Amino acid sequence: MIRQLSLKGLALRRGGRLLFSQLDLELGAGEAAALTGPNGAGKTSLLRAVAGLVGLEAGAIGFGGIDLATARGEGVHLVGHWDALKPARTVREELAFWSAWCGGRPAAAQGAGERLGLTPLLDLEVRRLSAGQRRRLALARLLAAPRPLWLLDEPMSPLDADWRSAFAGVMAEHLAGGGLIVAAVHDPLPIPARTLEIAA
Amino acid sequence: MSRLGLLLARETALAWGRGGGPLVAVGFYAGAATLLPLAIGPEPSRLAAVAPGAAWVALALAALLCLDRLFERDYEDGALDLLVLSQTPLELVCAAKCLGQWLAVSAPLAAAAPVAAIALGAEPRLAPMIFASALIGGLAFVFLGGIGAALSLGARRGGLLTAVIVLPLFVPPVIFGGGALDAFAGRLPWTGGFALLGAYAAAAVALGPLAMAAACRNALS
Repeated sequence: MIRQLSLKGLALRRGGRLLFSQLDLELGAGEAAALTGPNGAGKTSLLRAVAGLVGLEAGAIGFGGIDLATARGEGVHLVGHWDALKPARTVREELAFWSAWCGGRPAAAQGAGERLGLTPLLDLEVRRLSAGQRRRLALARLLAAPRPLWLLDEPMSPLDADWRSAFAGVMAEHLAGGGLIVAAVHDPLPIPARTLEIAA
Repeated sequence: MSRLGLLLARETALAWGRGGGPLVAVGFYAGAATLLPLAIGPEPSRLAAVAPGAAWVALALAALLCLDRLFERDYEDGALDLLVLSQTPLELVCAAKCLGQWLAVSAPLAAAAPVAAIALGAEPRLAPMIFASALIGGLAFVFLGGIGAALSLGARRGGLLTAVIVLPLFVPPVIFGGGALDAFAGRLPWTGGFALLGAYAAAAVALGPLAMAAACRNALS
C-alpha cells in the first residue's frame, strides 16, 4: 500500500487562472505536510488533484509506483470542506454507510465513533449537529477504514480546543503507524510536519 | 458488490425522503391529471379517449420533477467526491442512484398511474397494462433524466436546465408507451409498441450510466 507520495513539477489551472506551477513534494511513510497559503492559493485544488478529482496542467503525481486508480481507490481518504453528510440521515446511518463505502468493518466504525465522541449522538439526525460535531463525524471515516494517505482540508477549523488536541493525537498515531498526511491549514498543524507554502 | 447494495439502500432511502419523495410526486401527478378535464371539458367520451395518453404525459412530468436533486445534493455536499474516489466504477454508482430513484419514486408513480387514468375515464381493464408500461417507462425516464441532472450539475437553476435537456429524450417512451396503450385500448396489436418501449428503456439503462458518469467527472474537474 501507499508508502510514498511524490509530486513533481505540478501546475494547476482552475477557471483559466494558473494557481501555481513547479510544485514539488516528496512525502514518505510517517510524514506529514502542511499546505499553507492565502485564500484561493490552490490548497484545496492541490488536495483534489492528489485525489484524482481534478486534472493537472503539468507535472506528475506518484504513489511510489502503485497504480494510480488502485492507490486512490483503496489508499486515500479525503476529508474536505464539505462533509458529505445528508441532513435527514442519522449519525449512525451516515457513519455506517461511509465507513462501509471506504471499506471499513462495522466494529471499526463503532470504535471510530467512540474515539471521536459520537456515541451519544448516534440516534440524532445530522441536521441537529453542530459544525464541530459534523466534522467529527466526517473525520470518523479516517479511523473506521484504515487507509495510509489522509488528505485533509482544514480538518480542525470547526473543532473546539479539546477536540483539536484529541484529533492531534489521532493524527500522531496515524503517522506513527506509517501513515501519510497532507493537510491544508491556516493555523500550524499540532504535529511535526513539513510546511509547503503555496504561492502563485 | 455489497458496497453497491449499501449505496442502493441509501439512495432509495434518500429519494424516499427527498422533499417529500413519492408523496409529493404522486400528488403532483394527481394534480396534473386533474387539470386535464378542466382544460378540455368534462365530456366523458372525449376524456376517455385521451385518458391513457394524458396519464403518460403527466407521468413524464412527475418523473422530471424529482430528477433535479439526483446528483445536485451529492455534488454540493461533497458526497460525489467520495463516490468518485473509490474503486467502484462511477457508472455503477450512477446506475445505483437511478435505480434507487426508480424504486422510491417511479414505482409509486406507476402504481398511481392506473388510478389516475381510470379516474379520467379509461376502462378498468387497461389498469395492468398502464401499470406495466408506466413501470418500464419510469425506468427510461430515470436513466435518461439522470443524464440531464448530471449535465446540469453546478448550473444555477439546474432543474430547469435538466427539463430542457431531458424532455426531448422523453419523446420516444411517451410515443411508444402511449401508442401501445392506445392500441391495447382499441383491441389492436399492441406488443410492437410495448416492445419498443422496453427496448428504449433497456438502452437507457445500458447507456445512461456511461453518460452520467462522464458528466459527473466533468462537473467535478
